[in-house]
Amino acid sequence: MAVTGWIKVDDLYCKGCALCIEACPQDVLRLNMDRLTPKGYHPAQMIEETCTGCGICAVICPDAAITVYREKPEKKAGGKSSG
Amino acid sequence: MVTTTAEVVYQRPEAFTDVHTHYCPGCTHGIAHRLIAEVIDEMGLREKTIGVAPVGCSVFAYKYFNMDFVEAAHGRAPAMATGIKRVLPNNTVFTYQGDGDLASIGMAEIMHAAVRGENITVIFINNAIYGMTGGQMAPTTLQGMKTTSSPFGRDVELAGYPVRMSEILATVDGAGYIVRRSLHNAANIRKSKKAIRLAFEAQERGLGFSMVELLSSCPTNWKMSAQEALEFVAEEMVPVFPLGDYKVSSALESLKV
Amino acid sequence: MAKELLKGNHAFAEAAIRAGVEAFYGYPITPSTEFLEYMSSRLPSLGRAFVQAESEVAAINMVYGAACTGKRVMTASSSPGISLMMEGISYIAGTEVPAVVVNVMRGGPGLGNIAPSQGDYYQMVKGGGHGDYFPIVLAPASVQEAIDYIALAFDLAEKYRSIVHVIVDGNMGQMMEPAELPPMREIPDQVPDWAVSGAKGREPNILTSIYIDPEDEEVTNLRLLKRWKEIEKNEVLYDEFLLDDAEILLIGFGTAGRVASSAIREAREGGIKAGLLRPITLAPFPQDRLIELTKQVKRILVIEMNSGMMLDDVMKFVQGKVPVEFYGRMGGVTPLPDEILDEIKRIAENTAPALNDPRDEWISRLEDKILGDK
Repeated sequence: MAVTGWIKVDDLYCKGCALCIEACPQDVLRLNMDRLTPKGYHPAQMIEETCTGCGICAVICPDAAITVYREKPEKKAGGKSSG
Repeated sequence: MVTTTAEVVYQRPEAFTDVHTHYCPGCTHGIAHRLIAEVIDEMGLREKTIGVAPVGCSVFAYKYFNMDFVEAAHGRAPAMATGIKRVLPNNTVFTYQGDGDLASIGMAEIMHAAVRGENITVIFINNAIYGMTGGQMAPTTLQGMKTTSSPFGRDVELAGYPVRMSEILATVDGAGYIVRRSLHNAANIRKSKKAIRLAFEAQERGLGFSMVELLSSCPTNWKMSAQEALEFVAEEMVPVFPLGDYKVSSALESLKV
Repeated sequence: MAKELLKGNHAFAEAAIRAGVEAFYGYPITPSTEFLEYMSSRLPSLGRAFVQAESEVAAINMVYGAACTGKRVMTASSSPGISLMMEGISYIAGTEVPAVVVNVMRGGPGLGNIAPSQGDYYQMVKGGGHGDYFPIVLAPASVQEAIDYIALAFDLAEKYRSIVHVIVDGNMGQMMEPAELPPMREIPDQVPDWAVSGAKGREPNILTSIYIDPEDEEVTNLRLLKRWKEIEKNEVLYDEFLLDDAEILLIGFGTAGRVASSAIREAREGGIKAGLLRPITLAPFPQDRLIELTKQVKRILVIEMNSGMMLDDVMKFVQGKVPVEFYGRMGGVTPLPDEILDEIKRIAENTAPALNDPRDEWISRLEDKILGDK
């Protein structure tokens, strides 16, 4: 099962440089042309659900604007995880 | 039934202040800063680190790091770092310098800090141009590269060839860790981070002068998009400034980080 | 502590060590080199920092770095080396960290020579480095004074977060005199609040001299200026010799002041009422005392080992109330007491009005003297 990941982009830091968009191996990122950050940039945003939480966008982001999350299966005591 | 929790794969380093930086969109200064902050967090060095900021685009570097910082005169950061490290030998002292600061006006200071084997760490941002002052030729500007002070392209007959600092400093006995890496894609950024980690480890272990040269971009003065600039680094700069380890103290070779 | 026969540069260096200097960064240059050499053996034996830097440029920047840690730090150099240090000195002043710079002045400009001079008065007292800053300048005239005032220099530097220059000439660096050294000062554990030391348990300290907004820079400039006003009020030092009934006032600092004292003694024996005001702080200048003396004396003679630099400051404060004359030797030549005695005798009979530039007549007399036979 593919890992599900997702990202949050912080408006305070994102400068719309688009390096994350170019770097994303799943091509799930785009600049949001409908909105501006307080500094006047179009911020990056996730537009697809196929993010795997690989973190490459955060590695390339010059402004540390991206927080990357991944689903982690939680083990229940005594049970088996399925799926 | 599987329940899941969210695991944070990556978040902003602690050693970073909550400040929007003044760097141009896509500028690799931001990446380098972030890597330093991450390494300092991982090594738990924040409370004993003193940074030395240069003159150049990163003159305000101290605004972005959550640690003690001093501002050096142009090119003099290695001397200032020496002055500090000699009276505070148990603190971690690093400089952050561009190609004008380190390889032009500061050539004497960087050479002699290495000659003396000063236990400081230097992060050298090589983007082959003078950013802050508007795009003049740097000692590392490529042959034929047009800048505001080499409008016809760098003429090696008049201006000489770009200078390779890692190779030069590696010949100095006092150097313990001299490597060149690049920031042009995620894989190379990860290698750069590891190098920065080893450089700070070299300082912690008293292994002599350590420097990580990072091939970087300047989209604004190269007149390219951020992505094009990274491709320029990969295609044009790496052949002139080969990536690699130029000096690695044997004590570091076996270190697992 | 008993008096011992001490050599200038060595005594000054030892005095700095007793005053608790923790780092010396310098570069060899005659006639200050003994300072560096002395420090190179003494400091490591005490576990303190010593580096012979690659140049004076590097040395002053090492001083700047250590100054940011709040520890006592200094350098010593001579005129051409001091010129190289000017950028660093301006940075130290702009960052408001304490440091002591000793200048053992030599003949100049340019490479000049290694003989003693006072030709760096403008450079030291008026700034020398760029921007609006105000160094404190001390001018000792004997080995004992240098010992005392180097210790004072560190105290003042810390008190005012200022750069302090201690200026002597090559004579003083090389001469041997009986003097007394103070006991060793204990190095304090605490550093000032503003110092960098690793941001443990506190907000980070940032030490910089950049204020990119002009309005912010002006606030800093005003702060430095107001601090200077306080220094002017509180830290003036000078010495007086036979001034009570003096009619001819000689003004000289350092070696020039000493030589003038000998001449004055002889002049008094001949019945001439001469006296000496010897500034010890050149900055802040003892202007109040000088202005007071203009009410008493009939003529002023400024003696310097340069082309007339302190002369300008004297003229500024005297404001034409009393005629001012000048006698100087340049190029590394030290005036001898008889020359100055001749000047005092000449002035005792001179009732001519004051000139616009006291240098004018001095220049022609000097020309006759040094080029006369050529």
